[in-house]
Amino acid sequence: MQTNQILAMFGGALLLLGLIAFFLGRAKASRVRAGGTAMQAQPDQYAWFAVLSTAGPALVLSAVGGFTLLLLGAEIPTLYLLVGSLLVACLGLAVGVLMVRPDFHARQAIERVIRFVLAGAALISIFTTLGILVSIIGEALRFFQMQNFWDFITGTTWNPGASFLEAAGRAEEGASAAQFGSVPLFAGTFMITAVAMLVAIPIGLLAAIYMAEFAPTRVRTVAKPVLEVLAGIPTVVYGFFAAITVAPIIVSVAGFFGLEASFNNALAPGIVMGIMIIPFISSLSDDVITSVPDSMRQGSLALGMTKGETIRDVVIPAALPGIISASLLAVSRALGETMIVVMAAGMRPNLTANPLEDMTTVTVRIVAALTGDQEFASAETLSAFALGLVLFVVTLSLNLVSVIMIRRFREKYRVNNL
Amino acid sequence: MSQSFDDISAQLKRRHRKSARLKWISMGALGLAGLFLVLFFADMLVKGLPAFKQAQIQVQVDYSEQASQLPLAAVNEDVRSLVSRGYLRLIPGRMEDNPDLLGTTRLEWVLADGQVDQYLKGHHSKLKASEQAVVDRLVEQGRAELRFNTTFFTRGDSKMPELTGIASAAMGTLLTLLVTLAVAFPIGVMTAVYLEEFAPDNRFTQAIEININNLAAIPSILFGLLGLAIFINFFGVPRSSPLVGGLTLALMTLPVIIIATRTALRSVPESIRHAAFGVGCSRWQVVRDHVLPLALPGIMTGSIIGLAQAMGETAPLIIVGMVAFIPDVTTSFTEAATVLPAQIFTWAGEPDRAFIEKTSGGILVLLTVLITLNATAVVLRKKFERRW
Repeated sequence: MQTNQILAMFGGALLLLGLIAFFLGRAKASRVRAGGTAMQAQPDQYAWFAVLSTAGPALVLSAVGGFTLLLLGAEIPTLYLLVGSLLVACLGLAVGVLMVRPDFHARQAIERVIRFVLAGAALISIFTTLGILVSIIGEALRFFQMQNFWDFITGTTWNPGASFLEAAGRAEEGASAAQFGSVPLFAGTFMITAVAMLVAIPIGLLAAIYMAEFAPTRVRTVAKPVLEVLAGIPTVVYGFFAAITVAPIIVSVAGFFGLEASFNNALAPGIVMGIMIIPFISSLSDDVITSVPDSMRQGSLALGMTKGETIRDVVIPAALPGIISASLLAVSRALGETMIVVMAAGMRPNLTANPLEDMTTVTVRIVAALTGDQEFASAETLSAFALGLVLFVVTLSLNLVSVIMIRRFREKYRVNNL
Repeated sequence: MSQSFDDISAQLKRRHRKSARLKWISMGALGLAGLFLVLFFADMLVKGLPAFKQAQIQVQVDYSEQASQLPLAAVNEDVRSLVSRGYLRLIPGRMEDNPDLLGTTRLEWVLADGQVDQYLKGHHSKLKASEQAVVDRLVEQGRAELRFNTTFFTRGDSKMPELTGIASAAMGTLLTLLVTLAVAFPIGVMTAVYLEEFAPDNRFTQAIEININNLAAIPSILFGLLGLAIFINFFGVPRSSPLVGGLTLALMTLPVIIIATRTALRSVPESIRHAAFGVGCSRWQVVRDHVLPLALPGIMTGSIIGLAQAMGETAPLIIVGMVAFIPDVTTSFTEAATVLPAQIFTWAGEPDRAFIEKTSGGILVLLTVLITLNATAVVLRKKFERRW
């Protein structure tokens, strides 16, 4: 409450100073111009420059000050910092008004400030990536100080059960030592991703072929946005659908064939995830297929190939880099998909090749590790960041390869709209 | 040996049949995807529509002195187990707010217990045979029926299915999206303007571009890890609050807005810029007075689509703790809150079968809002799109 009030007062004071700067600057500029001197800029531009020189340094100072306070953890009262910023603001106001001179290019100065601010905004996206890297790597390193890296990569048992006791200094009470072998998690992830791809790639690719090569324009204009609806449905909704509707169907179908299936089987989330991913593949493949040059189709048809043969032997091979790129993007999406598997896949790490059994995935364990009431420094909580790091590296490499493939396609056929 | 014409034409026929087969198969694939969509919506409608109706029964409510102490005493013994327990608990509070009620007895429509609701909807219920008989009698007398479920839209979460609602989650979603919009929109537009209009083509610019494309493809759950490690643990933003959720979603929405804005800026023809420069505008004046206004519809469309995406996002919000149990509607940016998708997730985990209906009802509301948002974006684009 106290800080809120101080912040509000600071904001109010700054606003007031800004207003003063604006009117003082404009008044002075108008006076000078009325005196008959030719000026480099309009009075309003001088006024805006005065405002910028008042508020800019003060805001930068308070932001940088606040950040260093947090970083060093020092407890200097915010009050001093803000009062200091206000003093800087007053100084800036004086400078800003003094700068209102006929030979001063106020407009160019504003331009420079704006360019600077815009570049700063662009930097935020870099900071986001850095933030993800720093937060994940930092915590993952803490995890690997507690656990062996090789055990994490090659171990086949994931049993974090007792790790929070260790963190609480009560390791002896735990029945068994915590084990963080991530192989079962990756096996589950790849199983579900594979099921999703088996659904998404054939359907998505064939739908793209139909839309690009066969469909009348009217069908195309309707079908494309309707397919996009599939991608717009929130994943939590798909998760519910997979768990409540699809999983029981799979269990009863498997039962019909005399097979035993778990209600948390890997098939249900995989199939539903595949449905979700169809539009990713179909949309990008459609774009790629339509941008294969028509001269290739004409050449093929002129040699007497049927339409189907042209598509199979000419168009698809030409579009292959783009199709692979789309599929890689889809794989990367499936690997990182969380809600569907959290709701429909199992919690039990299970190393098996049977998709009817329950399996768990990397993302499920990340969520499970971070939603319980756990000490933040425990190995289980930190394991989420180690898993996140692996996920980040894998998806990033898939994305990069995908970008390279699509660039190669674009350069080969000189397509510019991809 | 040369082949006869018959052989060749038979072969040709085969080849054309093969070609036709590809057409039908690919058409089937598209149809299959459409079929999934239809089945999905049908399933959600069948499961979710009953959530908008809730059983109410007409009983004598006795606002006696005793009822203000022991709310169960307010209704007659034979229907006591049929009235929602949570509703009975509200009676003393209502008597405090409205002292005139004391000592009166009124015939009122009250919220029925969740089991009665399930029974009336023809689902499995845990009612005893004797209770079922009472409900059947009440239905015959017209004293028990399914009415429009206002509770669902006016109340927050509850452990009792008949008293749950989406109001607190809807408010949480609104607050979170306000934060997201306030952060992502200005930064996104500024970044796009910088990259399209100001930036020189150098290493720095290319790095930003590659970076933005990568951000768009990073799994959303990693943004949750970022929010947890940076916003909560480092900056000390309150956990579970709309503020931290909104900031996390803002970072996710940023690439969407940037990419949409860049496309919109690029579609403004160069001649506009040349003309503005020609009359002596500075670069910023060109952008502010000419390029941005012309690109605005495209920017709005992109931002709405980005917001709709953020609205359906759950995974990063779970990581930053927005799956809290929130019974009351809060309007603070720093107190614990939940959002619609997270509410759906919470309900989906409830063991009570009545919650399946509530979950699907919540999903229908969420989908309606999302479709409305996306339709608005499409309409905006259609209405203001200019071909140069």
